[in-house]
Amino acid sequence: MLSDRHITPSTLSKKDLPWQVLWNRDKCTLCGQCTAVCPVNAIELGVFRKRILQTSLDTGSVPSSLNSVFHGIRQKTDPAYSCVGCAMCNLVCPNDAIIPVKSDEADKLRFHINQGGQPRSRGGRRNVKGGILDQIKFIRISMLTDPALDAGRHEFELRTLLGRILPPEKNLEFYYENGWIPPVRDIYPLIIGGMSFGALSPNMWEGLQMGVAYLNEELSMPVRICTGEGGCPPRLLRSRFLKYVILQIASGYFGWDEIIHSIPHMKEDPCAVEIKYGQGAKPGDGGLLMWHKVNKLIAAIRGVPAGVSLPSPPTHQTQYSIEESVAKMIQSMCMAWGFRVPVYPKISGTSTALAVLNNLTRNPYAGGLAIDGEDGGTGAAYNVSMNHMGHPIASNVRDCYLTLTKTGMQNEIPLFAAGGIGKSGNLAANASALIMLGASGVQAGKYIMQAAAGCVGSESDRCNICNIGRCPKGITSQDSRLYRRLDVEEVAQRVVDVFLSFDTELKKIVAPLGRSTSLPIGMSDALGISDYNAAERLGIKYVV
Amino acid sequence: MCRLFAITSKDPLSPMKAIEALDVMKEGHDGSGVGLFLRDLGGPFENMKDAPILSGIFSESGLKRLDTFMMDIGFMTKYRLTIRVPKKPPAGIPKRDVYLIRAYEYPEGWESLGEKVLYDRLVDIRLKLRKMGEEKEDMMVFSFWPDVIMIKEIGDPMEVAHYLKLDRKELEARVIMAQGRQNTNYEINLYACHPFFLQGYSTMTNGENTAFFPIRDFLMSRGFDGYSGYQSDSEVFTHILHYCQTKLKLGLETYKHLITPLKDEDIEKHPDAKLLKHLKHSCRKLIIDGPNCVIGCLPDHSLFMLQDRKKLRPGVFGGKPGTFAFSSEICGLDAAIPDRDRSKDFQPMYLDTAIVGPDRQEVKICCQTDILPLPL
Repeated sequence: MLSDRHITPSTLSKKDLPWQVLWNRDKCTLCGQCTAVCPVNAIELGVFRKRILQTSLDTGSVPSSLNSVFHGIRQKTDPAYSCVGCAMCNLVCPNDAIIPVKSDEADKLRFHINQGGQPRSRGGRRNVKGGILDQIKFIRISMLTDPALDAGRHEFELRTLLGRILPPEKNLEFYYENGWIPPVRDIYPLIIGGMSFGALSPNMWEGLQMGVAYLNEELSMPVRICTGEGGCPPRLLRSRFLKYVILQIASGYFGWDEIIHSIPHMKEDPCAVEIKYGQGAKPGDGGLLMWHKVNKLIAAIRGVPAGVSLPSPPTHQTQYSIEESVAKMIQSMCMAWGFRVPVYPKISGTSTALAVLNNLTRNPYAGGLAIDGEDGGTGAAYNVSMNHMGHPIASNVRDCYLTLTKTGMQNEIPLFAAGGIGKSGNLAANASALIMLGASGVQAGKYIMQAAAGCVGSESDRCNICNIGRCPKGITSQDSRLYRRLDVEEVAQRVVDVFLSFDTELKKIVAPLGRSTSLPIGMSDALGISDYNAAERLGIKYVV
Repeated sequence: MCRLFAITSKDPLSPMKAIEALDVMKEGHDGSGVGLFLRDLGGPFENMKDAPILSGIFSESGLKRLDTFMMDIGFMTKYRLTIRVPKKPPAGIPKRDVYLIRAYEYPEGWESLGEKVLYDRLVDIRLKLRKMGEEKEDMMVFSFWPDVIMIKEIGDPMEVAHYLKLDRKELEARVIMAQGRQNTNYEINLYACHPFFLQGYSTMTNGENTAFFPIRDFLMSRGFDGYSGYQSDSEVFTHILHYCQTKLKLGLETYKHLITPLKDEDIEKHPDAKLLKHLKHSCRKLIIDGPNCVIGCLPDHSLFMLQDRKKLRPGVFGGKPGTFAFSSEICGLDAAIPDRDRSKDFQPMYLDTAIVGPDRQEVKICCQTDILPLPL
């Protein structure tokens, strides 16, 4: 732009953007791969004019200037095309000539990313690093009188239960009388959280399912995966692998026509049904699958026309209150599978979680409660929902567990915690901390995307464009040119890697605490933290 | 790690038998305390099997408060065993005013009460006394139950035994359980001293219970006042036994299925797979990880021993018809029953519950993979 030209309020310089693309003219071969791969078209071929001043010390010679042109990469400054820092340009560059770097100060783009009055929406999770889970330490190390166990050699059975567990007296009474005992699943305590077919690309979805099937069938690890709200491919519904799947129903009821019609043809019952009332990343808000991602396949599975946006409402429209949902929806879902499948609600972390929980304790069909904390990820949500709405998971789960303990129901309604588990890469440590605070298990989605498929999204607001269907890794894209980048079998392999390494780390945490034959749910004496207020709040030891 | 010794005999024995056995296992306890559980009593208590006996330690003022409290309810002293001790206790043993062992007559009308009501009232009284004692630090109550005496004190077992003159006719019993402590709490609390007792059930353990917190929370939320105390992580073993037998009405063979359930694949092969799966699920919070060897006694005078899932603690039994003993070490057995057939000594492993029934004729080994005796 010339210095005397008109500028608009939203005219930005590169410095104003969150990411600056550094390009090295000496190394660049002008192959153009970076501009081709950029998911947001933030860079383009640049033609640069350069003036070289030619002066001489010889008297009599007249200074002159030479204008030349060179070609290279130009970063766009239009807010609609600002670099998201995914670094795909760097990945494809044969000469390592280009890389985006994070701005050294807060960007100005954030003030202009609402053009046309549309606030920013994005994928990813809350743009805040770290969290309380990373600060929790495991301090009750078995020494001398109760020697630590051997994580590599002792026998371990670190399973959890999903489903309503009756109090022992009642369980025996019903057992003797042949009464109805609610279905309970013995599962692995790390569940792949709900990511829908639609939010994820077909290759990603298939890779996850293959990985889960391999873990179950070849490695005897009862890992379960939740479908998210987007239905389930008909072939999976009719296959024996359905038993590894938790079907999710949410406020849009997407795909449930197909599911209900498949029930008579199902070879196996699903592991469970999760009724989503809320999600940690966008609490109190519904799904937000935009038209870009609704292609023919997605539309068919969801039972909707192609190319239309699919915002699901924040609440289940058929109900006035969660009480009614609990009473009717849980019961209907239980009935649909002949009371053989556990049904449980998932809510977003909230200060009213206890009210929901207390309601569930009085409902004999409620098979658990999943709570998704403020750090949960999503494929699409308003930035404001993600960054500012929601409740941290640790104290939410702790309060719920202690409430159950007061009423003696701590073994009866399993709590599943989600939201930011493994956010800093510490999946097993975060999961163990939540389990010892009282969760029966954890759900992770974002970590799985990062570890199993190479998602580059981060809390530094890197990439996070899952919502527009341009995922540069092909994880959340519905464009075959993008998702063919993702090899299904390699995703499956990585899923297996993740669970095996998680399993070893989990053992490395619980074995020194002297635990191996049961998951240490509620073993809060093992936990410590150096933050006094956090220790008080969570009822764990304050250690410095 | 503590040392445990338990003996059951058709003829009443002196508690010294158990103390001597602990003494030969001295390497394994540090003299920080001893606990004794005596049942199926001989001596003067032989003829008052139904009279509840209060065992505890009292100061002079505590004793007065006890008398007032008991008289207010209507309990009359039927028999008292007075333990007079020298004015100056040996080093390591604290000075106490009164070691009380007193049998009471029930208040009028109580004998016609149903068993459950009566038993709950006895627990209630013991808990009230314990609370009163904790308020003023003038009494400690270990048991209040017919045909049961408990003695606990800090110090080396043999020294305590000589000091309290335990070698006396009045204390003879057919079932004796004793623990020599290796204290793991800096401040020694006698309520943390094994054996523990609740409504006729008693256990003692060595090792620590790493799953203590969740188990304690579960028991405390069962709505039964007796599930309280927990100065020691081992107290839960007694309470789980009580829960198993009185609340779930399950036999002793099932106790181990609660605390150390079989692995899922082993349950599938078990003849009672369905029941065991349900127990494993609904009693998940009672699962221990050890390392623990548990020795216990039932109201019918059966004595048993079992090990944690990894069998991380020593434990052996041996004996002859009429007399059997459970011990942490073989040298303890040698001291107590030297004339037994040693080739029949047996160390229960991770699946076994060794039980000597009330007839004291043999030791029955229940393996967890065996079919359960049904109906339960």
